[in-house]
Amino acid sequence: MGIIELSLKDLMSAAALIIVVVIITIWQQLKLTKSIIISAIRTVIQLLAIGFILHAIFAQPKFIWVIALATVMLLVASHEAVARQKKRFSGGWNFSFSLFSLLFASFGITIFTLNIIIGAHPWYAPQYAIPLLGMVIGNTMTGISLSLNQLTQTVWQQHRIIEQRLLLGESAKQAIADIHRDSIRIGMIPSINAMAVAGIVSLPGMMTGQILAGISPIEAVKYQIMIMFILTTASSFGIMLALSLSSKRLFDERQRLRLDRLINN
Amino acid sequence: MAKLSISKLSFLQFGPFDLTVQPNECVVISGPSGAGKSLLLRAIADLDPQQGIISLDGKNNFLFSPIEWRKKVGLLPAESEWWYETVGEHFRHIESTWFTQLGFDPAIAKRAINGLSTGERQRLALLRLLTNKPAILLLDEATANLDSENTQRMEALISAYKQQQQAAIIWVSHDIQQIARIADKHFMLRNNSLTQVS
Repeated sequence: MGIIELSLKDLMSAAALIIVVVIITIWQQLKLTKSIIISAIRTVIQLLAIGFILHAIFAQPKFIWVIALATVMLLVASHEAVARQKKRFSGGWNFSFSLFSLLFASFGITIFTLNIIIGAHPWYAPQYAIPLLGMVIGNTMTGISLSLNQLTQTVWQQHRIIEQRLLLGESAKQAIADIHRDSIRIGMIPSINAMAVAGIVSLPGMMTGQILAGISPIEAVKYQIMIMFILTTASSFGIMLALSLSSKRLFDERQRLRLDRLINN
Repeated sequence: MAKLSISKLSFLQFGPFDLTVQPNECVVISGPSGAGKSLLLRAIADLDPQQGIISLDGKNNFLFSPIEWRKKVGLLPAESEWWYETVGEHFRHIESTWFTQLGFDPAIAKRAINGLSTGERQRLALLRLLTNKPAILLLDEATANLDSENTQRMEALISAYKQQQQAAIIWVSHDIQQIARIADKHFMLRNNSLTQVS
């Protein structure tokens, strides 16, 4: 079973659909026109670029190239994870926390999967390593982003309660425990939901892709099951790491709540 | 019982301040709003960063863990905060005599916070603070939102505690009649200086 290749004309037809959407947004005055056009152009440029890069790396699978690409993915994801937060830590701590958490959780889980579960040869074989890492980083990034946002927002809103608890002799950890837990939950819900509805409400993208590429649905499903598990694991680890670093940063060495360390984004 | 000493205490743009409060002594601080009265209490409770020396019986505050310090130096804010559903959940351990002393039925522990009046909440907040047996009480306009009946109840409880535990008290208050009833010493905090007026 081969794959039907898309011609330039086919892509132009798809682009025509986006132009219809743009016309509708102008007519409805949704003020989204510029964002849609810019984002659509970004999609084309970014995907073409990664297409050429992957093409080159697949042709010459060197470890250094895989690492270089992984580093770029990590840096961009660390930035994006904190880009849309309402509050952030002053002095670049947000970026450092998400970088550190993404590095440990995503790279750790991906390396484990490549070596122990898939057993690719070499283990960094780009055909496996890059798409896998991409999915893991993307998922973990979303989780960290949601959790961090929840944590900083809630602490901002409930600082009087936290301070009251400190005044009664609770430790910083106790005073923030409920908020910390709720924030972790918020970040983990998307992964858990994705597992719960997989195959019923949604056909996961990777599985769809494999099926379109002609792989048997059973093989595609096996891969997807593994993916769901590692995505959930990586995002859970990433969230917990990022949140415990952030919760610590909210207090100083005398266990005072330091809201002055949070600034508006 | 313990003596609270503050020397060259400064925080944000305020200070330096010096103040000593003896056991079984109530020092009232009043002054215009924005003068830094609440911030002074927060600094003493080590809730905000500060420079200078705060000590209990000569022992510097950083020699205590922050948790120990805040249990010994109890700050009651003007408005109480509650985060669980019922009263009792906010108390680590409950002796029913505490509630009866304050004119409450011990069954109040099971009541929902939402159903309480401001006066009840403030009295319960004081009780919650006193269960730590603080040697020092910092009261930030503790009765400002209360009617005269509730104010009397609060004052009675605080003075009973002061006597029993020989507690040192710093009380921020604006009410001239109240100051006359409770103050052993009265300071004004104004233009960044703390001066004794009586």
